[in-house]
Order: sequence, then structure tokens, then C-alpha cells
Amino acid sequence: MNIWEIIVITLIKILIVFTLLLLTVSYLVYFERKISAWAQNRIGPNRTGWKGALQPFADVGKLLLKEDIVPVNASKVVHTLAPVIALFVAFTTFAVIPIGPDIKLFGYNIQLVAADVNIGILYVLALTSLGVYAITFAGWSSGSKYSLLGGIRSSAQMISYEISMGFSVAGVLLLAGSLRPYDIVYSQSGWLWNAVIQPIGFITFFVSAFAETNRLPFDLPEAEPELVGGYHTEYSSMKFASFFLAEYANMIISGALIVTLYLGGWHFPWLESFGLAPWLVVAIQILTFIFKLAFILFFFMWVRWSIPRFRYDQLMNLGWKVMFPLSLLNLVWVAIVVMYIKP
Amino acid sequence: MNLEIILFILFSVIAAASAVIMITRANPIISALFLVLNFACLAGLYLLLNAQFIAVTQIIVYAGAIMVLFLFVIMLLRPEHDLTLQKKSKIKFMAAAAGIFVFAQLVYIIFFFSPNASQKTSVQSSINSGTIEQIGTAIFTKYVIPFEAAGYLLLAAAIGALVLAKKKFE
Repeated sequence: MNIWEIIVITLIKILIVFTLLLLTVSYLVYFERKISAWAQNRIGPNRTGWKGALQPFADVGKLLLKEDIVPVNASKVVHTLAPVIALFVAFTTFAVIPIGPDIKLFGYNIQLVAADVNIGILYVLALTSLGVYAITFAGWSSGSKYSLLGGIRSSAQMISYEISMGFSVAGVLLLAGSLRPYDIVYSQSGWLWNAVIQPIGFITFFVSAFAETNRLPFDLPEAEPELVGGYHTEYSSMKFASFFLAEYANMIISGALIVTLYLGGWHFPWLESFGLAPWLVVAIQILTFIFKLAFILFFFMWVRWSIPRFRYDQLMNLGWKVMFPLSLLNLVWVAIVVMYIKP
Repeated sequence: MNLEIILFILFSVIAAASAVIMITRANPIISALFLVLNFACLAGLYLLLNAQFIAVTQIIVYAGAIMVLFLFVIMLLRPEHDLTLQKKSKIKFMAAAAGIFVFAQLVYIIFFFSPNASQKTSVQSSINSGTIEQIGTAIFTKYVIPFEAAGYLLLAAAIGALVLAKKKFE
């Protein structure tokens, strides 16, 4: 393959992933509303289309047509830039997450990932650490006290939980011996997934993922009683929708990361022993990945409507005094496994 | 022109432009924003040199951690209303002197001193040395004692900062 073929194939992959992410995000909002309705014994959206299935499009249309209000005190350029950064970080992270094994198509050997790089996990950590800028800039540029406090509060939260997230990932890297997402998935073939070998790391990563995506029970930035709407108090119309989109895209990415790092990626236990045709095996593996991802996303929503919000000091105590030591403990456990138990 | 040269020109032009914009803005938050852009372009240049680990560390450490801390300080202290710094001509003179000194050093290194003359390693091995596997092996075998020493130094600095901060609250 020459360089131009690689570029064209990568662009096609990016286009497909981007479209699928956008569609999934808009339907996640619909499912969130349906699941919240189920949890609270209501009906949920049911007017637009069959059982409300066209609701996402109606929502996007409404948000696009709304007036875009920029406060007088706001720093205009940064105020516009902040949601763009949020979207950029949310969508570029997906580039290194593989959704299935290699496939052969029109004589080309195609990897089901936009970029197979040997620093894949570090790339994800680098981009998520840039996500803090979107929130801090949004808070600062609005020129309002509530926004500034909300921005600072949520960036402090993200920085605190990034640490336990990083240490939980270190356990996975130690076991796989590589930073390449492909190698991590292949290192947990069969049923010995990382969630089984290092359950503590799985839990700390999962909890940190909730905090990183600003989801309940850690959605302090949106604590209405004290902070109005947090960092996006002064945002309206499509700029507000961009933050909304980024939040849901971040949810998908954390879900995909959890599946890749801890739940064996596309692996389906004992699939090889059924003796199926190769194309069927690949199709089942991709569906397995999607199913696992869907389950994690459902879990995110389930928790949102089951557990009340933490107070800010409780959140910081949990992050620094419980999650951080637990992730260190997990690292020691994985080191013992690598040294003495694993052949 | 191949792809690498196009990317090199792109990254270096943006890096140089953002550096100039960064030091000429009056608002420190805008300066911080352009400094982050500069870091991102530097990371791109490192990637072109096949130094992936340094590229990612540049983003994680400088853009993701240190600049966020700076941004917090700027936002909470609001120094944009404080113009005393710009009025003092002594500080301006010192800053200009330091800038000229560093610039002269760079000019000397680039145009009059050729580091390649003393280079003994082959091109291929220096390309390979940028990968994370090579850096990891070097840190934990050949340079393990300096690495651990740096770790203790950082720990001592962190404890010192904690003690100083606690004294102020009590």
C-alpha cells in the first residue's frame, strides 16, 4: 500500500467512526430519557415518531434554531473556543480504540481502528488531560461567578480522578506489557479478562470514569442548588449542545476504554471451539464489542438514576483517600501476579 | 515535497507564530492559550522526529498538568488588572537582556556549532531510541539510580510544599 492509499482508507475510517459516534450520541440522549422514565415509573418521550424514536432529531433542530446568547462580560473568542475544544477532545480520543480484529476487504488488510499506534493508551491519557481546558476556559470566559466556580470545581475534580485512573491503567499495561490497544486486547483472550485478574483496578477505573465524564453521582459541575448550571451556565443554543454532545461522546469513549482495557475488547469466550466460518467469527466479535459497550452505557445511565450526588468534600475524600490508595494496591497486586503467578 | 516536510513547515510555522502571539498579548489567559498551542505544535515536531514518548509526555506534563496549574493561578489572582509589571522599565530591560542572551545561544548552536560532527551513533539507532520500549529499558537498567534519585527529589519537594502550605492555614 502506498501512502495515498493509506491516507484515503484512514479518512474513510474516520468518516465512518465520526458518523456512527454522532448518531449514537443523539440516540444515547433518547435512551437516557427512556431509562430515566423507566427508573422513575414515567413514560418518557413518546410523541415524535414511533415511541418517540425521532425525538433526537427534534431536539437537535430545536437547539439549532435557538438564539445564541453571549454575555456582555464574556471574552467572545474564548467563549466560542471552549465548546470546540470539548468536542475535539471527545471525538479524537476514539481514533486508537480497536473495535474488532483485522478484516480483509477488496484485497486490503484493514484494521478496525483509525490509528494503530504503539503509544495508544498514552495518547488517550494525553487527550483526556486536555479536556480540562474546555471546562476551565468555558468557566472563565463566561464572565460570571457561577461559571468560574463551576469550571474550577470540575477541573479540580477531573485532575484528582485522573491520578487514580492513570494508576489503574498502569496495572493493565504491566500485565499486557504494551501500550498498544491491540496487544492489550490480545493479552486477555479467552475469559481471563483484566476485570477478573485485577478486580480492584477495574472498580477504581470505572469509578474514575464516572468522575472524568462528570456523570452522576459525580456531576458536581452541574450542582444546581449552589452553582446554577456550573461552567455552562452562560451557554445557550448550539454551543450548549456541543458541551452536551461532548459529555455523551466522552461516555461512549470511557465505555469503549473500559471494554478494551478490562473486559477483553472484542473477545467472546470459547468462540474458536464452535468451528464457525471466519467472516462469521469476525462479525460475532464486532457485535460482542458493541454489546459490551452498550451494557456499560446502560450501566452509566442506571447508576445516574439510582445514586444521589456526592457532596464536594466527599468527592475529594473518595478520590484521594480511597480510590488513589486502592489503585496503588492494585498495581502491587498486578506486579505480584506478573512475578510469581503468571508463567 | 514529501509529507514530512509539509508537516514540519506546518507545525514550525504555527509554533513560531503562537510563541510570538503569546508574549505580545496583554491578557495572561490568552497568552496561556497560545502557549498550549505552542506545546501542541512542539509535540507534533517531536512526532516527526519519531520521538513518540517525548511527544506524548510534552502534552501530558506540560499542556495537561503544568499549564492547567498556571491557568488556575491566573484565573484566581486576576493579574490582568495589575499593570505594575508593565510600568517598570527595569524589569523590561532585564527581560530583554535575558531574551537576547538565549537567542544568541540558539543562533550560535544552529549556525556556528555543528553537533553532528561529534555524533557517533548511526541514524537508525537514534531513530529507534525515541520509542517508548527503548526509553523504558534505558531508564530501568542503565539510568536506574538517577531515575530513583529524581523520584526522591520530587517526593521531598512535594512534602516541602505541603508543609509550607499547612503552616499558612494553622
